[in-house]
Amino acid sequence: MGLAYTYYPGCSVGATSLWYDRSLQAVAKTLGIELAELEDWNCCGATAYMSVRELMSFCISARNLALAEPLGRDLVTPCNACFTVLHKTNRYFNDDATVREKVNKALGAAGLAYKGTVKVRHALDVLVNDFGLDALTERVKHSLGGLKVAAYYGCQLVRPETGLDSTDYPVILDQLLASLGAEPTEFAMKARCCGASLIVSKENVALDLIADILKSAEQSGAEAIATLCPMCHINLETQMSRINSQYKQNFNFPVLFFTQLMGVALGVNEAELGLNKGFIDPQPLLKRRMAKARA
Amino acid sequence: MYAPAIDESFLAEISSLPGGDRVALCIQCGSCSGSCPTAPWMDHSPRQLFALIRCGMRDAVLSSNTPWVCASCYTCYVRCPKEIKITDIMYALKRLAIKEGKAKPDTKAARVMAETFEKLVNKHGRNSERDLMQQLYLKGQFGKLFRDAPTGMKLVRLGRIPMFGRDRLTRNGLKQMKSILNAVEEMGGL
Repeated sequence: MGLAYTYYPGCSVGATSLWYDRSLQAVAKTLGIELAELEDWNCCGATAYMSVRELMSFCISARNLALAEPLGRDLVTPCNACFTVLHKTNRYFNDDATVREKVNKALGAAGLAYKGTVKVRHALDVLVNDFGLDALTERVKHSLGGLKVAAYYGCQLVRPETGLDSTDYPVILDQLLASLGAEPTEFAMKARCCGASLIVSKENVALDLIADILKSAEQSGAEAIATLCPMCHINLETQMSRINSQYKQNFNFPVLFFTQLMGVALGVNEAELGLNKGFIDPQPLLKRRMAKARA
Repeated sequence: MYAPAIDESFLAEISSLPGGDRVALCIQCGSCSGSCPTAPWMDHSPRQLFALIRCGMRDAVLSSNTPWVCASCYTCYVRCPKEIKITDIMYALKRLAIKEGKAKPDTKAARVMAETFEKLVNKHGRNSERDLMQQLYLKGQFGKLFRDAPTGMKLVRLGRIPMFGRDRLTRNGLKQMKSILNAVEEMGGL
């Protein structure tokens, strides 16, 4: 199909979210999509950096864009925070002359320059809109058998608006999951904030937000939750048992990256998906659903 | 009579920041406050904070915990009928509060996190979750270390926290980061 991109992994996928990166790479390989990692990429700055310094924050983000620009391909990232920061840098760079001039002056000191032409994409966008859902359905080897999944988008994929999807009630992840044979649930809090790094700086606030999301997933009848952001994944997965004891609940959802589910449906080798590297093993649930689909 | 300290130039100051140009257009509709998922924990709801900005109550704004409780979810941003870049202004207020030392003690964890993150990225070009958390725990978050320990150990057992080594840029990449940092400091920011 000839789809080729420059890949920007972000700092989390080397550690807690390494199976997001691995499953995404495995899925891309299976589908014939090229993801060439941007050499010597640096941290995008996420939320934290912009809280301390503004111009430098734009500059470190722009360094990645400047490195990617001569490669002539779209820059694809799997992380919501990286997506929003790189996108925001592009927007301010192109709309604000002062930002553009000062960023280029700073980049110039490092022998770099940016013209503002790199298109920043989230991995989900590329799979749904470039590869296409019909093409994806054709490649499905094992239907997910109506697995009830709450498709959790988090915030920064859909807000601020990039034209990708609805800012309040997005659908593209639901559509992708449906094309794999899963059944996305009517999940009211699909795009509500998980609290992100507040889990570190204001724990009680984040726990409340996560509890709301888990409750909403439960009310929608979901058996599992699919995520597309490393931070959301950590929050929903690692705080579930604390929320169970603090809020007297019984949440028991495997929290999976959507690329892990894609891998299962496309017949990717289990060793490349890390299904047993989460806090709750999804395999019994998957086996039950998928056996029913085959029967 | 109640006469709070007023800085009449504060509104102009905020309006001159990138993204701040529409603050004076706020109609106090409250869509932001109604949308905000963390507003219940804020000293001032977003709407209230904007009212304070517009009447120049600089000290009250910079010592409010509001920007530090903001999760940057951008819900207010996409709903504001006057298209005010609310989230971006929250970032600006965080920076100002740090710069002027006005933030209150209950925002310490958030400030320490942001500053530690910045130092790590400046030094290595990439963030290490392990290093960030280690440094935060050692900087007075002992209770949190205790609470997080079981989760942390589980992540280590699952191989999701590399205990040794660090991801960083090449020597050339770090040189570039240093040059950029120096140029920015020379320019004095935006």
